[in-house]
Amino acid sequence: MDMLASLLPAGIAVHAPALIVVIPLIMAAVAALMPRGIFAWGVTLVTAIAVAVLSLNILGQVSTGGVISYAMGGWLPPVGIELRVDMLNVPLLLLVGIVGLLCVIYALPSVADEIAKKQQSLFYSAFLVCFAGLLGVTITGDAFNVFVFLEISSISTYTIIAMGAGKDRRALTASYNYLVLGTIGATFFVIGVGFLYMATGTLNIADMAAVLEQNGHDRVTQAAFAFIVVGLGLKAAMFPLHVWLPNAYAFAPNFVTAFLASTATKVAFYALIRFVFSVFHPEVSFVAMSFTWLFAVVGVIAMMVASVQAVFQTDARRLLAYSSVAQVGYMMLGLGMGTAAGLSASMLHLMNHALMKGALFMALGAFALNFGVRRVKDLAGLGQTMPASSAAFTVASLSLVGVPLTVGFTSKWYLVTAALERGWWWAVAALMISSLLALAYVARLLSAIWMETPPAGKAGVAPARRLAPWMVLAPMSLLAFANIYFFFHADPLVGLARAAANAVMGGN
Amino acid sequence: MLEIILERFNYIPIIILMMTGLYVVIATGNLVKRLVGLSLFQTSVFLLYITMGKVFGGQPPIIVGDYHGEDAGHGAEAAAGHAAEAAAGHGAEAAQHAAEIAYSNPLPHVLILTAIVVGVATLAVGLALVVRIREAYGTIEDDALNAADYSLETGSAE
Repeated sequence: MDMLASLLPAGIAVHAPALIVVIPLIMAAVAALMPRGIFAWGVTLVTAIAVAVLSLNILGQVSTGGVISYAMGGWLPPVGIELRVDMLNVPLLLLVGIVGLLCVIYALPSVADEIAKKQQSLFYSAFLVCFAGLLGVTITGDAFNVFVFLEISSISTYTIIAMGAGKDRRALTASYNYLVLGTIGATFFVIGVGFLYMATGTLNIADMAAVLEQNGHDRVTQAAFAFIVVGLGLKAAMFPLHVWLPNAYAFAPNFVTAFLASTATKVAFYALIRFVFSVFHPEVSFVAMSFTWLFAVVGVIAMMVASVQAVFQTDARRLLAYSSVAQVGYMMLGLGMGTAAGLSASMLHLMNHALMKGALFMALGAFALNFGVRRVKDLAGLGQTMPASSAAFTVASLSLVGVPLTVGFTSKWYLVTAALERGWWWAVAALMISSLLALAYVARLLSAIWMETPPAGKAGVAPARRLAPWMVLAPMSLLAFANIYFFFHADPLVGLARAAANAVMGGN
Repeated sequence: MLEIILERFNYIPIIILMMTGLYVVIATGNLVKRLVGLSLFQTSVFLLYITMGKVFGGQPPIIVGDYHGEDAGHGAEAAAGHAAEAAAGHGAEAAQHAAEIAYSNPLPHVLILTAIVVGVATLAVGLALVVRIREAYGTIEDDALNAADYSLETGSAE
C-alpha cells in the first residue's frame, strides 16, 4: 500500500481527488476536437490510464493515511464542496478506473465497427464526460454535487446509448425511455436532497449525518429518505424500477454496454449505500424497517422475477441485462440484512459482478464484431469458430451462476453466510433458486455456443476460425482470468469489501 | 387541518405542477409532449427549492447600508475592551442591528441555477433524440413506434 501511495509525486498526490474528476472532464473537450476517431481514442486511453493510476494512488493514500477530505477550491467544508474518499468509495473508484481502462482498450476495434467515422471523436468525448460524471458521483462528499455528477454521467450516457442506432434503430427509443425514466429518478433524488437540506440546513453529507444524529428524524427526513431511495433506485435499476435497462443494454454499442453494465449501475448503488448508511443511520427505526421490508423483500423478488425473464429472452444481450437486474437483487438483499457482514457481501458482489458482466458483454461484443450475431440462437457453434472468446465467455458465465473456482461462488458464499448469521433461511433458499435459474439461462447460451454446430456458410462449408483482435481479447481474457484469480486470492477484494462495510457501519 | 394547509400554501402550486407533469409523462403517447411533462415536473422542483429559501420577513440576501462585518466586530471589541457607556451602546446597537436583519437563504437559488442547466441539457438531448426517432421511424407516437419495433422483431425472426 505504501508503494501505491508513493506512486505519484506528493504535489500531484495531494490533488489526486480533484484530478481524477477534472482530467476526464477536460480531456472530453480535447477528444471532441480531434479530427479522427483514433486520435480521440488515444486521448481517451491516456485519460483512462491517468485515472487508473490516480485511483490506485488514492487507494494507497486512504489505506495508509485514512479518510481523505479535499476542500474543492480551498473552500473548507461544510460550506465548500468537499471531495471525500474513505474505504467505502475507494473500491468504486478502483472499479471505475480499472474496468474503465480495460473497456477503453476494448473500445477501439469495437467502436470502429459500430460508430460512423465522423462521429467517433464526439462519441469518445461523450464517453469521457460520462466517465468523469461517474467518478464525480463516487468521490464527492456533497449531496447536491452527487445530483450534478449523476446528471452529467446520465445525460452523456443517453447520447452514447443512442449511438447504437447505426446498427439498430431501437437504440433511439431505448435511449429516449432511459432519458425519461432517468430524469424522473434524478428529479426524485433532488427532491429528497431538498428535503434533507430543509431538515438539516447543510449539503455536506458528513455534516448532514451529524445534524440528523443530533436532531433526530422527523417526517421531513422520512420523506427525503423515500424520495432518495426511489430516485437512486431508478438509476441503479433496482427491481421494479429497472424497465429502462434491458433495452438500453441490448441496443447500445457493445463497448457502451460493457462499460455501463460494470460501472454505471454500481456507482448509483454506491450512492444509495452512502445515503442509506452514512446520512440516515441504519439503526433508525424507519431505515431498519425499510431494510427488512423493502430492500430484502424486493431484492428477493428481483432475484426471482428478473432471472425468470432472462430465461425467456431471445436477444443475448437482453438476456444478460435481465440477469443484471437479478444481480442487483443480490446486492439489495445484502444491503437489506443491515449488518456489516451483509453489506460487505453486497459490496463484494458489486465488485465481482462488474468483473463477470464486463467479460460477458465484451465477449458478446467480440461475437458481434466477427459474425454480427446478437440473438441467442445465432451463437450456435461459436465455440468452434471463436474458441478463445467463447472460453472467456464460459468462465464469466459460470461465475455468474456461482460455480466454485470462480468469484461468483465467493460472493454468494459470503451472502449465504451473512443471511445465516441473520437467521434468514428464506433468503438462502431464494439464493439457491435464483442460482438455479441463472444456470438455466446461462445453459441456453453455453449450449448454443458449445453444443451446436456452426451454421454452414453460403458454399456449404463451415466458416473458418476467426480470432478477435487482440485489443478485444486482452481485456476480456484479463477480466475472465480475474474471475478465477480472485477466487483463489480472495483476500484483496474481501478485504476491500469488509473495510467498506466497516467504514459506514463502524460509526464513522 | 385547514390551518395546516394554509400555512403551507406555497407548496400547493408545486404539488399541482409536479403531479400534472408526472401525469403528462405517463399518460401521453407523444414523445414531445412527454418531454413537456418532464420539464413541468422538473420546474416544480425548482419552485420547491426557491420556496424553501424564503424566510418570512427576510430581506434579499444583500448586505445593505453601512453595515460591515469588520466594523461590527470592531464595535463589539470596543464594547468589551472599554467600559465607556457610549461605546458599549454603539457596539451593542451594531451587533443587534446585524442580528435583526433576517436574510432569505440564497443557497437554494444558486443550487437551482445548476439544476436549471441540467434540465435544459436534458431537454435538449431529449428533443435531439426525438428528431432522430422521427427520422428513423417517421413517427413520434408511442403506439406506432411499438408497432414498428414489433414488426421489426417478427420480421427479422422470420
